[in-house]
Amino acid sequence: MRTTPLTGASTGQRRRVWSYWRFYLALSPFYVLFAVFGLYPMLSTIVLAFQRWDGLSARRFTGLDNFAFLVKDPTFWQSLENTVVLFLMSTIPTLVLALLLAVMLQSAVRFTNVYRIAYFIPNVTSLVAMAIFFSSIFSTNFGLVNAALRSLGIPQQDWLGQPWGIKIAISTMIVWQWVGYNTLIYLAGLQAIPKDQYEAAKVDGAGAVRTFFSITLPQLRPVVLFTVVMSTIGGLQTFTEPQVMVGNSGGTGQSGMTVVLFFYRAAFLDNDYGYAAAIALSIFALVLLFTAINWRIFRGRGEDR
Amino acid sequence: MTRYRLRGLALHGALVLALLVFMFPFVWTILMASNTTADIYRFPPKLTFGGHFGENVRHVLENVAFFQSMANTAVVAISTTLLVLFFDSLAAFTFAKFRFPGRNALFVILLATMLLPAQLAAVPQFQTMAILGWVGSLKALIIPGAANAFGIFWMRQYFQNSIHDELIEAATLDGCGFFGTYWHVALPSARPALAFLGIFTFVGSWNDYMWPLIVLTNPDHLTLQVALSTLNRSHGVDYSMVMTGALMAMVPLVIVFAIFARQFIKGATEGAVRG
Repeated sequence: MRTTPLTGASTGQRRRVWSYWRFYLALSPFYVLFAVFGLYPMLSTIVLAFQRWDGLSARRFTGLDNFAFLVKDPTFWQSLENTVVLFLMSTIPTLVLALLLAVMLQSAVRFTNVYRIAYFIPNVTSLVAMAIFFSSIFSTNFGLVNAALRSLGIPQQDWLGQPWGIKIAISTMIVWQWVGYNTLIYLAGLQAIPKDQYEAAKVDGAGAVRTFFSITLPQLRPVVLFTVVMSTIGGLQTFTEPQVMVGNSGGTGQSGMTVVLFFYRAAFLDNDYGYAAAIALSIFALVLLFTAINWRIFRGRGEDR
Repeated sequence: MTRYRLRGLALHGALVLALLVFMFPFVWTILMASNTTADIYRFPPKLTFGGHFGENVRHVLENVAFFQSMANTAVVAISTTLLVLFFDSLAAFTFAKFRFPGRNALFVILLATMLLPAQLAAVPQFQTMAILGWVGSLKALIIPGAANAFGIFWMRQYFQNSIHDELIEAATLDGCGFFGTYWHVALPSARPALAFLGIFTFVGSWNDYMWPLIVLTNPDHLTLQVALSTLNRSHGVDYSMVMTGALMAMVPLVIVFAIFARQFIKGATEGAVRG
């Protein structure tokens, strides 16, 4: 009796929240799956990074040992360098070629759908199959690249047997796979630029090159930022290309060893789970750092204008 | 007039050249798959199609459980796609058209999850699979990916723009409940968006490599990508056979893509420009 109004209010409120159960039920699959297969493993990874564990014996807290070891591990630094070099060697040509093709594709009137579909196909093609293909054309004894060099009288190269050759082969594959995708993204961006801006430039007597740098590029900036961010996230997680092309070892001089391949080896070949978790956290920090740098570069310019 | 034509010719010349570069790996793969390894080893290499394709296919089938792997991949890709389409569109519809306590907080959480690189949590995820007894089973590939933040986010935008509130009110007046409205009103109107999300999920699932490589521990029970990589590692010298396997692994996907290509490209490029 003393709490009648209170309980009345609280059951009323409870009933009100409860009356939305259909909505919560509709949303629950994602949140339940994320909690079990996303959030929990990520939190465990953080804990694991401060432990030593081989998957069989008991876990032992070792403080910052994993990180201390990581900082002194030359393979880690090597993999970090390889990842960044591969990222630059593949992303810069990819985005430049994509922009070039997009500008050309925009002024084409006929067959545009044929081009669009053909350009996109590499992006949906199996990475493993294509890694096998690219390792075959870069093969020393019977690869197409060496056959072409030989017929031009240039000495053959042991592409997959030397550090730079490995990097060239891997980034060639990444460029092939991603130029078309980025071309179509840029094309959509170009088509969204208002036509009257171009007409105004024409009235002002601006040539094609000036129009491109004073109107097209600034207008395209958000789209360019999108492609740079996506390439960064993808590029820093490169795994399949080197793993299939040069194997788990990372090839000659470990020059195909990327950070994610390094992580995979520590975790699933060496069963050094704590160390792998420390590597995983470092990669995550790296992705955040690069994304922040991208934002700063592109945002900063935007505010100057 | 002629100058204009010449420019058009040069333009299409460059575009066709790019097209040939993009298509070349497929042509070369078919070429290698139709010849013997000895033909490929020759200098200058054989540049014509040969008649050894059937023989190469036979060798592939002798060395890997190709059809079993393809069936496994199809089961994983199809079930993942259907689950994602259902769970993502239902959640997206709820976010787009209804108000309820905690809606904004839940949506912010959803966006935040997209920033986390899930593959880096592979070690505890593998342990979870071990506890559930799913190591080596296709469930380990299907269930964790059965709903995703990207799809919900993407579908939500579509529902917001394409379904008018009056339509939902009319359905309610007709006696449709929440799930009835989703099924009879929202789903049919979302076909283009579902087509994109479906093909996107299917392609991603079909080509997925790292997680299946980790979690599928039984060599007789693999997905196509892992089986292909195993074939490459153990029989790498027999190039014409390995390339035949690669060809067989990518053909189904290229066909699926060709069917839905227009909707897919539209969906894939729209988001970037809008965002």
